[in-house]
Amino acid sequence: MYVAVKGGERAIDNAHRWLAERRRGDATVPELSVAQVREQLSLAVDRVMNEGSCFDPELAALALKQARGDVVEAAFLLRAYRTTLPRFGYSEPVDTAAMLVQRRISATYKDLPGGQVLGPTFDYTHRLLDFCLMAEGEAPAPAPEAQPEGDGTSPHVLSILDREGLMQQEEPEQEGEAAADLTREPLLFPADRDLWLQGLARGDEGFLLALGYSTQRGFGSTHPFVGELRVGEVAVEFVPEELGFPVELGTVPVTECEMVNQFKGSRSEPPQFTRGYGLAFGHAERRAMSMALVDRALREAQTAGEAAAPAQDQEFVLYHADNVQASGFVEHLKLPHYVDFQGELETIRRLRAAAADESRAEAAE
Amino acid sequence: MSAATDTDAGGTLAGYNFAYLDEQTKRMIRRALLKAVAIPGYQVPFASRDMPLPYGWGTGGIQVTAACIGQKDVLKVIDQGADDTTNAVSIRRFFATTAGVATTERTGEASIIQTRHRIPEQPLEEGQILVYQVPIPEPLRFLEPRERETRKLHALADYGVMHVRLYEDIARLGRIATSYSYPVLVNGRYVMSPSPIPKFDNPKMHMSPALQLFGAGREKRIYAIPPFTKVVSLDFEDHPFEIQKWDEPCAICGATDSYLDEVVTDDAGGRIFCCSDTDHCAGRVAAGHGPAAGDDR
Repeated sequence: MYVAVKGGERAIDNAHRWLAERRRGDATVPELSVAQVREQLSLAVDRVMNEGSCFDPELAALALKQARGDVVEAAFLLRAYRTTLPRFGYSEPVDTAAMLVQRRISATYKDLPGGQVLGPTFDYTHRLLDFCLMAEGEAPAPAPEAQPEGDGTSPHVLSILDREGLMQQEEPEQEGEAAADLTREPLLFPADRDLWLQGLARGDEGFLLALGYSTQRGFGSTHPFVGELRVGEVAVEFVPEELGFPVELGTVPVTECEMVNQFKGSRSEPPQFTRGYGLAFGHAERRAMSMALVDRALREAQTAGEAAAPAQDQEFVLYHADNVQASGFVEHLKLPHYVDFQGELETIRRLRAAAADESRAEAAE
Repeated sequence: MSAATDTDAGGTLAGYNFAYLDEQTKRMIRRALLKAVAIPGYQVPFASRDMPLPYGWGTGGIQVTAACIGQKDVLKVIDQGADDTTNAVSIRRFFATTAGVATTERTGEASIIQTRHRIPEQPLEEGQILVYQVPIPEPLRFLEPRERETRKLHALADYGVMHVRLYEDIARLGRIATSYSYPVLVNGRYVMSPSPIPKFDNPKMHMSPALQLFGAGREKRIYAIPPFTKVVSLDFEDHPFEIQKWDEPCAICGATDSYLDEVVTDDAGGRIFCCSDTDHCAGRVAAGHGPAAGDDR
């Protein structure tokens, strides 16, 4: 008797043992430590922390190791862990103006208070494979250190425009109004800016990049300038209920991007510049810039009351930016669907039989 | 994977709450479930959590089961009607590990049955809970992709677009060509997706003594059919709803009244048909039924 092939517990166990073997690779090659991943693949770690919505470089590095370097799988591991953590409160908003910058550039001014700081960047490197890295060399000589101007903090570039009244005013936070949190509340539409910024912050970098790029090519034109891109450490403060005043928990590295976009004005508002905003954990310029472009596109649609391009469509952007959800649903097609497929087979055979009967009847006439 | 087998004295996964979710989350889900039961067929938004299994692989059903299950429950998990399909094995094992509950393959013995794509052949009884895994909870989704619009259509009970779709099938093909996820009207009010069960199973939902709960994790929706609720498959007077039929009985147990899987046996067109519900089939074989054609008792 033929028995349909179905996977039992043993098949699953054996598959996972094989997976563990594959993860380790050739056992004669030394094993990668989590610390090595954290220190030497730090941009992958940053991406996993962003898409996993959890700042923990150690666990993100572990997730990358466990996921064999698959970034989406690693983000999934980190999120599944994050969801089990108790939520004991929300931090104060971070003050990025007080950031100790490691990198800070503006494309809108030649020079400005705080200066232009290139920092550790791939920009202006020539993309030539460095074969010296194939040989295990010594640590590179430390780069020369410059003394920061003043107290080392730099004012936001957009605050310069703001003082002149050229920037659109941001809606101030209402007293007692908590920011939306899509990890605790279902995503409902229409979404406000706090909600979509959160959705973008944990969205897939490739998807954000493609959407941002699409706005540059005319699908929801934004005419952006990089007002400022800054990378550095910011302090995270928390107000414990029993103390009633903020306590610094530590610092996190972040990348912040503010795009400046022209706005021709409306009946109620004079011509001015508007802001597209991006913020990400770690050093993640492509992500922060793409996020700022999409943020601006979504604001444009909110003002206009209609979405003319994919990047402006809230439901399109927010439902599909989440790569853990997206990859789960795309990959669920691997699960058996033979009950549904049998239904389709039954239907198509009946339709074909009916069509054949009809053509026979026609031929007989 | 060692953590997955490391259980504490209570028989549940060390470091995790009973049935994985924390009690606050369970309470949030139970609230959504109560609302869903109060408004049969209405999709209740809920704050679906990231689960340790992928979205699209049953996270909605798992969260609903986790919110309902107690230490004395007996759990059955099926996928495509079978207990031994890989994802059913994986989900059953998840609850055996995180909740330490008894599991069964017998439909009659289970207090909670989590399913993907099928309703068991054996009629369910009062007190049983059937938990469906739902990929796309919105029956109107492929007619209108925007959630804001579909919620409006439900609020207005404006289901003309669905009837037009079914009519277009008849106009073009002579019959309604939907074979699974066949839309139903629940309690005379909400059009609902029964999840991708074959339309063969739709009649089992009508006036069922069991509680039917639907969980869509990725889409963050829960809906329900309370026991003894009217569930009507949409149709037309001159094109009444009908279910799938096969020309031959199950090749293993001889059943002629069950949903059949088609199993390809060679590359020359050879195939057999056998019950998709493995418990139903095994139960019939144990009762002495065999492949004799026409034996439908």
